[in-house]
Amino acid sequence: MSMKKLSSSVVRLAHGAGGVMQEELIQFITQNITFKNVNKGIGLEELDDGATIPLEDFEQEIVVTADGHTVHPLFFPGGNLGILSVCGTVNDLIMMGARPIAMTSIIILEEGFSIDELEKIINSFNFTAREAGVAIIAGDTKVMPRGSLDKIIMATTGIGLKEKHITILDNNLQKNDKIIVTGSIGDHQSALIGSREGLNITSDLKSDVGLLLEIYNALKENIQNNQIHAMKDPTRGGIAGALNDWANKSEVGILIDEDSIPIKKQVVAISDMLGLDPYAMACEGRALLSVSEQMAEEVLEKIKSTEIGKEATIIGTVSLENPKRVLVKTSVGGTRFMDMPLGEAIPRIC
Amino acid sequence: MDIPGTKLLRNKDFTNQIIKNIKKICQNLNRVKIMHVCGTHEHTISKYGLRSLLPKNIEILSGPGCPVCVCPAADIDKAVELGKRKDTIITTFGDMIRVPATNISLAELKARGADVRIVYGPHDAIKIAQDNPNKEVVFFAIGFETTVPLIGYEILNTPPSNFSVICAHKLIPAALELLISQSKLNIDGFISPGHVATIIGLQPFCLFSDAYRIPNVIAGFEPNDVLLAILMILRQKIEKKYETLNEYTRVVKPEGNKKAQEIINQVFKQVSSPWRGIGRIMDGGLAIKSEFAQYDADQKFDIQLPKSQDIPPGCSCHLVMVGKLYPYECKLFRKDCTPLNPIGPCMVSMEGTCQIYYKYYNP
Repeated sequence: MSMKKLSSSVVRLAHGAGGVMQEELIQFITQNITFKNVNKGIGLEELDDGATIPLEDFEQEIVVTADGHTVHPLFFPGGNLGILSVCGTVNDLIMMGARPIAMTSIIILEEGFSIDELEKIINSFNFTAREAGVAIIAGDTKVMPRGSLDKIIMATTGIGLKEKHITILDNNLQKNDKIIVTGSIGDHQSALIGSREGLNITSDLKSDVGLLLEIYNALKENIQNNQIHAMKDPTRGGIAGALNDWANKSEVGILIDEDSIPIKKQVVAISDMLGLDPYAMACEGRALLSVSEQMAEEVLEKIKSTEIGKEATIIGTVSLENPKRVLVKTSVGGTRFMDMPLGEAIPRIC
Repeated sequence: MDIPGTKLLRNKDFTNQIIKNIKKICQNLNRVKIMHVCGTHEHTISKYGLRSLLPKNIEILSGPGCPVCVCPAADIDKAVELGKRKDTIITTFGDMIRVPATNISLAELKARGADVRIVYGPHDAIKIAQDNPNKEVVFFAIGFETTVPLIGYEILNTPPSNFSVICAHKLIPAALELLISQSKLNIDGFISPGHVATIIGLQPFCLFSDAYRIPNVIAGFEPNDVLLAILMILRQKIEKKYETLNEYTRVVKPEGNKKAQEIINQVFKQVSSPWRGIGRIMDGGLAIKSEFAQYDADQKFDIQLPKSQDIPPGCSCHLVMVGKLYPYECKLFRKDCTPLNPIGPCMVSMEGTCQIYYKYYNP
């Protein structure tokens, strides 16, 4: 089979950073896969948070997600790799409108990795899974020779159930929908940057890593009634990546009001100092929702009644103008594009 | 904790007041062309959508103010050649590593296995040199007057012998002079970079506004800083005054930073220097003085370079950089040339006019 080539001859870090280059890599990897769905369920083509397997004679369908997890440093303010792995997997299921029920877990270890650290990561993993009410039903371990990977990599599959009629999808944004964000943005990546060696940034910032289960439970009825048109957790690529993905797949325009985006002062300070874009920064315990105009206030109040969603805010509106574009009304009143992040976030020189 | 500037300099009410005053003046004016020469100013203008707030008859042009964009391909080729050596670590500022040179960028060299590291300043590079005594650590030094003193300071403080510098520094006043004297752009005023003035003071800018009778305002980097600078230029134009005014008084002292100036003069000498897309500018760059030759990568290593290519065929970066063309007027913009597949240097850097337009421009 002929393969369409990548624009680069080698894999670069930016190919994994949730931006345009990652899209290109995924296209490259998946271009020659023949079967991409089961029983016309949601499959690979949609490139959504997960896939569905509809079963004949059942009102529910199985929702499946897959996720690889690495983080540097392994232990960061507010969490570690174990918590991150469960939250990432469970949140992806919830973003499809599914109730998480089970997970598989693969752990690949580097020879020489500390058993103490492994224990801490596994304890966090198991604790978080229990908190989410998710069973760990299968797994695998591999150990690689020293130097062939960096300490530890985890990979998970998430399995959930949802009613067939629920359509919470990236391509389902509708005119006049309100965009809700469930909490302050950029905390996770800023906390990681702050805790990396060499920068000597001290702050009390913690990662926002967390389970969105509470929000799912609060919104069950609205999810059942398809009043929530789309949900997405803005992990790699941040809200800029997530919103652009929506605008592209739904062929709508999204207008964001910059003043209403919840963002911590520490995050603004770190991104201003290093020349990073907070809108492109990863969150690990936040969700974006696109909700019909009539239901927006009710949904917002329900989210705000939860602990993890108490700072939720409406940040924008969906329109048919400027399709496939995300526009920002800036804090001083101008307008500009919010573009898809390009790749790895590189600090600017001055 | 308050972020400096958030109370006044990013305040919407204050923005509205300034805009109201700008609009009032502009009613009595024809087309006004104002140029800034700093990537960070363009960043502020684009990030806050300032062009969309200004009256239609004000045109804000972007001059050659992105240090990454004006760095000639030959200097990057040098870093790439040195980076190919097994015993060498190349260190540089973040957005330098993606800039394409004649053949490959430093990012591509890194992906192929070379040791290329992003640092926040020369001090980090020195530390890497101390930690790796068996390797040569080369700092690829780019930037304007703002980054020069840091490198001068390290060189004066006897860095380890395995540390050296590729000196690709450029100087702003020389470029301003070239723009005004040669480009026939009919510019009505300049917004000059506040951080450069913080180092060199007002005098080099005053010489320029006096000689060419053109309004010039040294400005800070918050949105209301830039809008105030525009207002100050418009007022000069109406009053027919041509001087250098300081909007960024909270940081810039008239005499600049004497200590930093001393360091620059001790370690570096002004030389004629090639700017990517513009050509050789008299006194437009710096070289390391001969008494510090041991830290000058040019003199320390025998580097064989292929013939370099600054501007690929079809690319209009040389016109964009001097404000003769808007990025969207280039036939490659957004079609063949994108940040993912940049053809010219202005699309590569986050401070490059083309990439900023690609990201933020609202047609």
